[in-house]
Amino acid sequence: MNINRRNFFRVVGLTGTTLAIGNELRAGPKKGNRIEFSGVLYDSTRCAGCQTCESSCAEANGLPAPVGIPEAGVIRKTDEAHRTVVNAFKSSKGEAYIKKQCMHCNEPACTAACLTQAMYKTEEGAVIWRGDKCMGCRYCMVSCPFDVPKFEFHSANPKIEKCNMCYDRLKEGKIPACVENCPAEALIFGKRRDLIKEARKRINDNPEQYEDHIYGEHEAGGTGFLYLAAVPFDELGFNTSIQTKSYPELSKGFLYSVPTIFVLWPAILLGIREATKNNLPEEKENG
Amino acid sequence: MNYTAAKDNDGKSVWKFLAEELKPRGKFLTPFNIISIPVMILGLVLIVIRFWKGIGSITNLTQEVPWGLWIGFDVVTGVAFAGGAYVLTFMVYILNMQKYHSIVRITVLNGFLAYLFYAGALLLDLGRPWNVINPIIGNSFGTSSVLFLVAWHFLLYMIAQLIEFSPAVAEWLGAKRARKILSGMTIAAVIFGITLSTLHQSGLGALYLMAKDKIHPLWYSEFIPVMFFVSSIFGGLSMVIFEGSISHKVFFNQISEENHKAHNGIITGLAKICAVAMFAYFFLQLLVFVHGKNWDLLNTPMGYWFLLEMFGFVLFPMVLFFYSYRRNSISLIKVAALLTMIGVIVNRLNVTVIGFRWDAAIRYVPTWMELAVTFAVIFTEIWVFRWVINRMPVLRESPSWVNDKD
Repeated sequence: MNINRRNFFRVVGLTGTTLAIGNELRAGPKKGNRIEFSGVLYDSTRCAGCQTCESSCAEANGLPAPVGIPEAGVIRKTDEAHRTVVNAFKSSKGEAYIKKQCMHCNEPACTAACLTQAMYKTEEGAVIWRGDKCMGCRYCMVSCPFDVPKFEFHSANPKIEKCNMCYDRLKEGKIPACVENCPAEALIFGKRRDLIKEARKRINDNPEQYEDHIYGEHEAGGTGFLYLAAVPFDELGFNTSIQTKSYPELSKGFLYSVPTIFVLWPAILLGIREATKNNLPEEKENG
Repeated sequence: MNYTAAKDNDGKSVWKFLAEELKPRGKFLTPFNIISIPVMILGLVLIVIRFWKGIGSITNLTQEVPWGLWIGFDVVTGVAFAGGAYVLTFMVYILNMQKYHSIVRITVLNGFLAYLFYAGALLLDLGRPWNVINPIIGNSFGTSSVLFLVAWHFLLYMIAQLIEFSPAVAEWLGAKRARKILSGMTIAAVIFGITLSTLHQSGLGALYLMAKDKIHPLWYSEFIPVMFFVSSIFGGLSMVIFEGSISHKVFFNQISEENHKAHNGIITGLAKICAVAMFAYFFLQLLVFVHGKNWDLLNTPMGYWFLLEMFGFVLFPMVLFFYSYRRNSISLIKVAALLTMIGVIVNRLNVTVIGFRWDAAIRYVPTWMELAVTFAVIFTEIWVFRWVINRMPVLRESPSWVNDKD
């Protein structure tokens, strides 16, 4: 097999390209000056289902007022006009309320899925959507295990709607609107690590009041929103069989194989071509 | 028909030549035209509505099922069928199987147009298509995304296929020097193209890896990429058999005596390859199924559907391929190819649409308008395909001034 100039440049070029794009396969902020992720702890045992979080969210983000009220047996969903909803559940310990919004995963599926970095995990921990980059492919929606991103199917200039932890407010030094306005103090904002400590403390101080499980501590590789509840989470409409590995891990193996194939395939193919060419001097058929 | 002698067209200016070539040729009111023209016009109207009122105005997509027929069929299935091009270039240029050389051009053309149109159909599905260049140029590279890889590969592979096909264009235009340069690039394009195809055929499956909780467990496994790759081999070759049998009727007068005679041998050869690839695929599926321990799911409606796919549309056509290859029966091979193609469609739709959110309260069913746009895209592709074949030396012999085969 002879390596001519063109082949040489091709292999070198391919290797260079794959090395250049092959690193940093994980979503998430760059290493270095890492700030600790912020998050929100939602203690559902304190929530009264008053929907103040819903209306303050709508107000802060310029969205229409909430529709409907929490009712046991009815599941209201977030949609392209409502970034958070509170639902009521009949649990083994009476009626309970659960607020739903983006979980702000530590390693979000949506940001790993996004091919333009429109879905972006900020250093502060909020997962935000950037319209100037998004091409509307909706792969984030396919990938998100919590079905959070919503798409404006009836718009010629559609946006992806989801909770962004009030990122603009965070930058101004304020806290998310839902947390600030919650009259029952069911929501607290802080560093994720501190929130987990606080949640543990509440469970330890009142073991009979709480289920010994912080939803979001390990689920989907850890999330920015953390939940406390009085009953097992499957009674409250949560997916408790969700994996504890992060979701981008699922496609990591495939992505890691790409540079390998990119380097090996051309070499192997060229080798086979040369080998079969020499074996068949004049033959017309070798089927 | 003296278009073969597109010669040097030195007498005419290039523009005059092109203007003449653009004119329609042959009978206009054929059954195909009568059916396809209204569908294409309808599709165009629907596309205008879609860009005016949003994707939801003509599709049934929901917040839970954001990808429907246009992705699941047009893109994912269409690209699988276009896989014939990389398999055939592998056989001819890498394994030096000269027997299949006469169908390389039409297969590459078919593959190129499939990518052009089905990846082009992707633009219809993009909510914000004006940002489509973001992953290609600029500073918005989402390198952790499988879709980023697939997008780049589509683009690069279309260029590779265009290079592979370009000698035919040069022969049509009578550009001797250009042809020489372009055909010199064929091998590089082929090797690059096969590498790209390996990765994006499997990449289309890898897109769905993160949708672990949303796809029916009988179809979800971490081996979706491998499955998609292997099934693109026999899916693509079945398309070559299917398309070849139609082309050989429609473009009968363009094909030389010699190639007509060789065609049956080519088809039986492809049938054998299909059978072996399908055997490997069936075995892989069996391993994955046993490994997945989903025995209890078999006795459900989705389970019956899974068994039908595996036995009716993989194992049965595989046996049929083996049998008809032994019997040397061309018509049975065509039946097997058709069944295999249905099987690939069923498989891709099971992963992307039917098994996706199979447990949702409201199931996604495409609207007639989604179907109409899909058919409009397919018909437009066939129009372009026919236009090219009627003008360029795709099926017919190259002009006499060509003395080396690419």
